[in-house]
Amino acid sequence: MAEFKNGKIIKVAGPVVVAEGMIGARMYDVVRVGAENLIGEIVELQGDRASIQVYEDTVGIGPGEVVVNTGAPLSVELGPGLISSIYDGIQRPLDQLVEAQGSFIKRGSDIPGLKRDTKWHFTPTAENGSDVSAGDIVGEVVESTLVNHKIMVPPKASGRLEGLSEGDYAVDEVIGTVTDANGNKTELKLMQKWPVRHPRPNSQRLAPNQVLVTGQRVVDAFFPLARGGTACVPGPFGTGKTVVQHQLAKWIDADVVVYVGCGERGNEMTDVLMEFPELVDPHSGEPLMKRVVLIANTSDMPVAAREASVYTGITIAEYFRDMGCSVALMADSTSRWAEAMREISTRLEEMPAEEGYPAYLGARIASFYERAGLVECAGSPQRNGAVSVIGAVSPPGGDLSDTVVQATLQVVKVFWSLQARLAQQRHFPAIDWLTSYSFYKQYIADSFEDKAMGKEFADMMQQAMNLLEQESQLVEIVRLVGAESISAQDRMTLETSKSIREDFLHQNAFHKVDTFTPIEKQHEMIKLILHFHQAGLNAIEQGVETADIFKLRVREDIARAKYIDNEKVEQVAAIKDEVDRQMKELQAAVTA
Amino acid sequence: MLKEYKTVYEISGPLMMVEGVENAKYGHIVDIELGDGSMRHGQILQVEGDKVMVQVFEGTSGINVSQTTVRFLGKPMELGVSPDILGRVFSGTGVPIDNGPKIIPKMKMNINGNPINPYARDYPNEFIQTGISTIDGLNPLVRGQKLPIFSGSGLPHDEITAQLARQASVRGKGESFAVVFAAMGITFDAAQFFINDLTNTGAIERAVLFINLANDPAIERIAAPRVALTAAEYLAFEEDMHVLVILNDMTNYCQALREISAARKEVPGRRGFPGYLYTDLATIYERAGRVKGKTGSITMVPVLTMPEDDKTHPVPDLTGYITEGQIIMSRSLHRKAVSPPVDVLPSLSRLKDKGIGPDKTREDHASLYNQLYAGYARGKEAQELATILGEAALSEEDQKYMRFANEFEGRYISQGYYENRDVMTTLDLGWELLSMFDDAELKRIDKELIDKYMPQFRKKN
Repeated sequence: MAEFKNGKIIKVAGPVVVAEGMIGARMYDVVRVGAENLIGEIVELQGDRASIQVYEDTVGIGPGEVVVNTGAPLSVELGPGLISSIYDGIQRPLDQLVEAQGSFIKRGSDIPGLKRDTKWHFTPTAENGSDVSAGDIVGEVVESTLVNHKIMVPPKASGRLEGLSEGDYAVDEVIGTVTDANGNKTELKLMQKWPVRHPRPNSQRLAPNQVLVTGQRVVDAFFPLARGGTACVPGPFGTGKTVVQHQLAKWIDADVVVYVGCGERGNEMTDVLMEFPELVDPHSGEPLMKRVVLIANTSDMPVAAREASVYTGITIAEYFRDMGCSVALMADSTSRWAEAMREISTRLEEMPAEEGYPAYLGARIASFYERAGLVECAGSPQRNGAVSVIGAVSPPGGDLSDTVVQATLQVVKVFWSLQARLAQQRHFPAIDWLTSYSFYKQYIADSFEDKAMGKEFADMMQQAMNLLEQESQLVEIVRLVGAESISAQDRMTLETSKSIREDFLHQNAFHKVDTFTPIEKQHEMIKLILHFHQAGLNAIEQGVETADIFKLRVREDIARAKYIDNEKVEQVAAIKDEVDRQMKELQAAVTA
Repeated sequence: MLKEYKTVYEISGPLMMVEGVENAKYGHIVDIELGDGSMRHGQILQVEGDKVMVQVFEGTSGINVSQTTVRFLGKPMELGVSPDILGRVFSGTGVPIDNGPKIIPKMKMNINGNPINPYARDYPNEFIQTGISTIDGLNPLVRGQKLPIFSGSGLPHDEITAQLARQASVRGKGESFAVVFAAMGITFDAAQFFINDLTNTGAIERAVLFINLANDPAIERIAAPRVALTAAEYLAFEEDMHVLVILNDMTNYCQALREISAARKEVPGRRGFPGYLYTDLATIYERAGRVKGKTGSITMVPVLTMPEDDKTHPVPDLTGYITEGQIIMSRSLHRKAVSPPVDVLPSLSRLKDKGIGPDKTREDHASLYNQLYAGYARGKEAQELATILGEAALSEEDQKYMRFANEFEGRYISQGYYENRDVMTTLDLGWELLSMFDDAELKRIDKELIDKYMPQFRKKN
């Protein structure tokens, strides 16, 4: 083992501390700083002189104080007890911190990420005496009614399994051993540790090819996300970025959701904390919190821990992926993460690149998003797991040429562009249908049980998009010359586009029914709107005035279709007959 | 006895360098005695070996290298607090400036505070009635929220903050309420207007004021909001009061921060502001909130002036990312003598849905503001179109929406600074204005609500 020597502080400037005499120190080793044992991480080495980013407030720290090297990189504890937890950026449990320190966060706490005093019931699934290798599932713990926690052989260990037995264990108790060919023993525990800055191993990366249904109409129908895919939501403040993230976290079709509040508002995290336990998971009927892990490093908490928080989050996500789960990770917001990097970089007096951000910004962002993906998990039984990442970006002034947005767009496959203009019209979610994109669009049809219906849906959505595209051009003309001077057909296009926007794309996150729309209902809704469009065009052929078509009472029914109970999709379909009936009346009046 | 150092070796801008110092700690404060015996205060920004960098709150003019004595006090900056601070006026660093007696502190609190553990926060969901329709009706404020006012030079943000301080209350409850006001680099007139307004209504007895005027040292502005928030935290979490904190003007604060950053030769970010401006602002704004198990709360209304009314300027931009919404003042409404000239469309209260509804205000509140909003947005478009094409060229529908927008500005937005409008009156006014539309056009409101509330207003027409 390498020798580590304790160092001495020689400089303190904000969250960065410089210590000398740090013999044996390695990059990214975790150190304990000063009399209060503050947690820090080595980010620069020059001879025996180490620059340390400190995860806690450094007021009161001065030269001469001792720095102790723990010799290990920043790691998280992975095991039963993660679900329903709320952690800060370096996996300290915030609920236990409240008990230990009171309402305000103080320094020098040393509470482990997983509770040591909880006993979990472990059921082995592997036979003693069998040969196992890294990633093999040896047993399970029922962690919550929604998550069956698989206990796996930690990476790098392999050999013969011994001493495994059913029983109640704490996370740090030995449940069995693995002995390799050379007789080296590895103790198995319910818990493993993994350094956050290293991706967890898997046996093979696969290309995402399956849509992840979210119940958000504009997302599912126009810009879907794939299982194992990556998405980016940039938008100026007040455009509902956080509401979009919350909606996805609530309704996304994933086994486990990791929500990282990175440098965001304290009250927003409280909202998540108070609201999620009350929400019911639409897929199982259980409280949503039973499949959620929260990481909250709000903007007033130390900046270095914010830098670490996204890594902590994705490492936990990868761990659940390795069990064969589909995991969704939301990071809100990656701009705050980038700013934390910038702040640390400035304190290290590194040469800045664009906008003062460090030159390695793009590389860090890319390698973070690359940890998403659909994989064949390491070990047996054979299983696939996925981590899907949705990152919010908060560009200054909503300017999409921002460095962080551009670096993110280089790597993500889905782009949901939030527009202030739409938010001001109270069109939510304010995702702009003309500038957003998704590379996973081709997989929409497969997300239906009925493949013919899926095909029809994809075709209809294309038709809807064409109408919206035409609208954007027609609107300009109407602006200049007035609605009277365009053809009746074009007027119908405008009216239908308006209906697509207001009756389909607009979705109220706070309405009990409208907040989530199953894909089958989305299908009926768009079918209804396009049916009206076609019926309208037919009526125009017959000589019916457009004004009369636009005034039909059935249009109110179309507008309110989104509020019809999700179980009563046939009621949405039934409105089509009403459309036909009322159109017929109009045509009869013309021919009479 | 504290060691004294006469080893100042460099002074540049607001910064002073001292060498040969033992045991200096980052963030601690220092007393500085000048050659003529006068005292200044400073805070340690950086320690490197035995060299210490100090920012001097009162500015460095008159300090020299040879005769200055520096004492390191070995503690972070603290504010002595007790219930007696109510009704008093202090400087930006917390020294009484109203010729009143010294405060005998009940306790001393670190002005930097500690972050509230997100798990210990209680969600802000109590509706505050401000008596201003554009806030109560469209962008409700709740206890524990931070809602800034984005203003510009020449706009009446002083009037609207005074109105808020005067009228804000929770419906049907008489709880102890206090106002903490921090002035940062504002003019004597503006500060005096606020003080007079509070004095005239008797509210001054429930107020604590921290005043740093435009001609006071700029660096003191770094401390002022922190000192004010420390007082607010004391009143809220130790004395169980509901505190409204008004910080005026945050743009000046940020400029002071920029001055320090430039003096430290740090790499500047946008418009010369330091890269850590977001984090720094967050440590101020995030001190608003409610805490589980405590009765009191801190609601914050920071005021900032946007240079050239530019919302993308770093100060309003970063503020908007931290605060829970923003109230934006409109120059064009101000010109039309609409008061208070709140620009409804870009204004937003993110917590509005938490404070309203059947038990808090009324069941129709949420649908109503969505509909008013949509209608006004459409009407504004029509207004703009009318200025290009002329009113006659508008379609019948556009003309109707334009009429709606005009009525809305004239009656709903404009109410003057001294009308305290009950929220029910505000809601009813909303229905009355919407009654010019057919039911079918009110797409944002559930049918049942229209049937319940609309008929009484239709009859009037």
